[in-house]
Amino acid sequence: MIHFVLLISRQGKVRLTKWYSPYSQKERSKVIRELSGIVLNRGPKLCNFVEWRGHRVVYRRYAGLYFCMCIDEADNELEVLDIIHHFVEILDRYFGSVCELDLIFNFHKAYYILDEVLIAGEFQESSKRTIIRLLSTHDSMVEMAKEEATSIGNMIAQVTK
Amino acid sequence: MALSGMRGLSVFISDVRNCQNKEQERLRVDKELGNVRTRFKNEKGLSPYEKKKYVWKMLYIYMLGYDVDFGHMEAVSLISAPKYPEKQVGYIVTACLLNENHDFLRLAINTVRNDIIGRNETFQCLALTLVGNIGGREFAESLAADVQKLLISSSCRPLVRKKAALCLLRLYRKNPDVVNVDGWADRMAQLLDERDLGVLTSSMSLLVALVSNNHEAYWSCLPKCVKTLERLARNQDIPQEYTYYGIPSPWLQVKTMRALQYFPTVEDPNTRRSLFEVLQRILMGTDVVKNVNKNNASHAVLFEALALVMHLDAEKEMMSQCVALLGKFIAVREPNIRYLGLENMTRMLMVTDVQDIIKRHQAQIITSLKDPDISIRRRALDLLYGMCDVSNAKDIVEELLQYLSSADFAMREELSLKAAILAEKFAPDLSWYVDVILQLIDKAGDFVSDDIWFRVVQFVTNNEDLQSYAAAKAREYLNKPAIHETMVKVSAYILGEYGHLLARRPGYSPKELFTIIHEKHPTVSTSTIPILLSSYAKILMHTQPPEPELQNQIWTIFNKYESCIDVEIQQRAAEYFALSRKGASLMDILAEMPKFPERQSALIRKAEDAEVDTAEQSAIKLRAQQQMSTALVVTDQRPPNGMPAQPSIGPLSLVKVPSETVDSQNPGDQGLTHPNGVVYKEDPQPPSQDIIGDLLGTLSIEGPPGAVAQSPQSATYEAEGAPSAADAAALVPVGEESGSVQPIGNINERFYALCLKDSGVLYEDPNIQIGIKAEWRAHQGRLVLFLGNKNTASLGSVQALILPPTHLKMELSLVPETIPPRAQVQCPLEVMNLRPSRDVAVLDFSYKFGPTMVNVKLRLPAVLNKFLQPITVSPEEFFPQWRSLSGPPLKLQEVVCI
Repeated sequence: MIHFVLLISRQGKVRLTKWYSPYSQKERSKVIRELSGIVLNRGPKLCNFVEWRGHRVVYRRYAGLYFCMCIDEADNELEVLDIIHHFVEILDRYFGSVCELDLIFNFHKAYYILDEVLIAGEFQESSKRTIIRLLSTHDSMVEMAKEEATSIGNMIAQVTK
Repeated sequence: MALSGMRGLSVFISDVRNCQNKEQERLRVDKELGNVRTRFKNEKGLSPYEKKKYVWKMLYIYMLGYDVDFGHMEAVSLISAPKYPEKQVGYIVTACLLNENHDFLRLAINTVRNDIIGRNETFQCLALTLVGNIGGREFAESLAADVQKLLISSSCRPLVRKKAALCLLRLYRKNPDVVNVDGWADRMAQLLDERDLGVLTSSMSLLVALVSNNHEAYWSCLPKCVKTLERLARNQDIPQEYTYYGIPSPWLQVKTMRALQYFPTVEDPNTRRSLFEVLQRILMGTDVVKNVNKNNASHAVLFEALALVMHLDAEKEMMSQCVALLGKFIAVREPNIRYLGLENMTRMLMVTDVQDIIKRHQAQIITSLKDPDISIRRRALDLLYGMCDVSNAKDIVEELLQYLSSADFAMREELSLKAAILAEKFAPDLSWYVDVILQLIDKAGDFVSDDIWFRVVQFVTNNEDLQSYAAAKAREYLNKPAIHETMVKVSAYILGEYGHLLARRPGYSPKELFTIIHEKHPTVSTSTIPILLSSYAKILMHTQPPEPELQNQIWTIFNKYESCIDVEIQQRAAEYFALSRKGASLMDILAEMPKFPERQSALIRKAEDAEVDTAEQSAIKLRAQQQMSTALVVTDQRPPNGMPAQPSIGPLSLVKVPSETVDSQNPGDQGLTHPNGVVYKEDPQPPSQDIIGDLLGTLSIEGPPGAVAQSPQSATYEAEGAPSAADAAALVPVGEESGSVQPIGNINERFYALCLKDSGVLYEDPNIQIGIKAEWRAHQGRLVLFLGNKNTASLGSVQALILPPTHLKMELSLVPETIPPRAQVQCPLEVMNLRPSRDVAVLDFSYKFGPTMVNVKLRLPAVLNKFLQPITVSPEEFFPQWRSLSGPPLKLQEVVCI
């Protein structure tokens, strides 16, 4: 299973963290510190796997952003690498050629999208189309709720005028 | 996008991004936190929208790495908001900020449950996601039934059901009892008929978790897995959206094959045939292509197929096909494939018959030891370590030694430990072993633990033909201007003991030996000085006739240390000084150290412990354990004349196996190896276990071997050569070697250790090792006894009876009458505690080996503390209780003077 997901920028800024195994606040910061030290210092053209505290960390760099997932030693590393890429492709399709800024200003969206890809540290859905369809339904629900709120607000305003 | 409208949040993020330095950022964040805190305080005036905005801000700040110790309540409370936008935020932020142990989560259980059983599909999804991501035990107990219902409901849409499957998986991990095996097995099989591949993928993950604990209940799923795999591998009827770079869901393929690896075998011939056809197709049909993503996906499937083939123990032909593939992989340019090639080759070593094919790739593997990527270097080291045996030990160890000088620090410790273990396990001759260890100390002294040099001293002491060789080597190293302190220790010790054997050679006179050792004296720390003092005393004793000048020099040193603040040094100095004036008695007391009793190598033990520690519930590990015994039989290179039955080898049971190996290679030398002329009775029992036997014993049983009789302290003491009772005691086993089977280690100590931990060795003797692994839950417990036969012959008339005290109900499953050679049998034992008591259950265990009947009564570590459970008590509950304890006899107080 995937124990956690980390998105770290080349400068070591954290862009997303998601923990599927229980880590305390203190452990979380420690893990981030340790792993950014290891992953960011690895040169290009090396393999995408790092051994770390009895676990494997599978990572891949996209532009200035490192996507890392920590798994058990016996898990299939390439499968997880595929999950990373699948997640990136979904982000890309959702945001329309995604860049780091999209993920910074819409970090809550990134969390939401990740929840459609992984639950309990396990892979959930391999159809990009299904996920994108779902995401847009939910976006429209948020929009509708907002419009409702404004129209109710308008009505109240008109009544009280 | 959705952020339109949350301008405050965007502005805040921009502000933080515009900060010039960390200090500014902190100020900006603190300001915002202050703001959010005040807004939360007068919550009444907060609109849902504002609340949502602040909760997002908190998550952002938290992600930046700042401590956010408030507002959790607000996040949790948003979960119960009636509208989707707020509810969604509540769910997502709660799942990010809190972990499963957080108290606030408990408050949300009811709301979450209502969302799960409610009619709103979107809310169901949110709730299932939260529980799936951070649900703990309590969630498992209160929600599992509802989640199961959703998963099998025909009215739920796939998007809810796939989440329910993974949510149930999480709950099952937290508490396996929430899935009732009897009822669920059929349902699980039905789930595998699912048409929707999203639901099928999630269900397959669930199945993997279920079968990893109990494959027997889920036999009916096996043919369905094979069908699914066939359908995917042949790309039959797979919707376009479920292919990834042209490959039908690689994830589902991988998971299906993973599930299959938990079934011990595929019995039905038809199913087996179709499975092998599919695997063959995957193995042969995967090419390396240009597109890296396609490559990753196809190889993810390929490597899983390899693992499955290994597990199924396919025909030799298919195996060699696999090894050939791996051989190709470890030489390709793509680093991921190289890495996985090495890793899978290491796993392949567990499979019989392929070691020789793997050995053909040795040169390539050694090249990988110099790869620019440390991950790959580590894999190569692991593989070399695993594939090493008597035939290639020399090459591999020398390669490791050479690499040691250039290896990065992160790897040196592991590297030197592995080199030391291999040298000991597979030494073709002992002088080579001494060479290797001395080189190791020379090149990486900092990483050579005391165990390693103690071990060398033991070998040299126990093998007389090695002593002068070792002394000459030690002398050579002392010539170097700067040497590691460990080298000083080992050289001084060896020269003190055996330097006199070379006294006739130039440069080895007592005076010269003393001078060269004493040259290092100013550079060493206090831990080395006692060893130097012993060496001096020994040199003095060996100086015949006495040389007054040398004597005076050494006496001056003793005198100087007689007032040393370190007790050990002071005592040695004073005693040696007094003794050296007594003449004859000096000769007796400082005589050569007796041979060490046979003991398991501390190093190998340590390595095993480490392996046991990292053992995890995984297909590969389980498999490794199942197959360990066969693997060892194959690597057991013990030649025929090393067989226990041969009387001439009897004395060798006191010496470690490498000397046996020497013997077997130069049979003519046998007399030299044990020239002490002691006549040994022929022992009806085989000699105590050899190293390979040790390895079998402890690796196949999951507990760390007990370390009682061979505690490191005693090793230190003896190795340092202090005249002591321990030395005398060390001789006892030599004289007392009798026909009865003696336990290895202290049974009591082992029992006490097991009272405090849940896995380990309960009992061990030369023939059998009994390990225990236990799980406890409230008043119930499940122990598994691992009975491991260490011999190459079967153990017969095996009987295990449980004598439970009245307060325990115990049920032991059937114990087989015979344990095959080098096999391990597992016997589960169920325990139920009826009331508190300090009585202990006893295992009456007996077996027959050859003519000898062995019977032992062992206490079982099902003691009271195993049934205790922690409870959480709030201060309101605790203090009244605490205060009610007033005065004797409930509360006693006493003032003690120190």
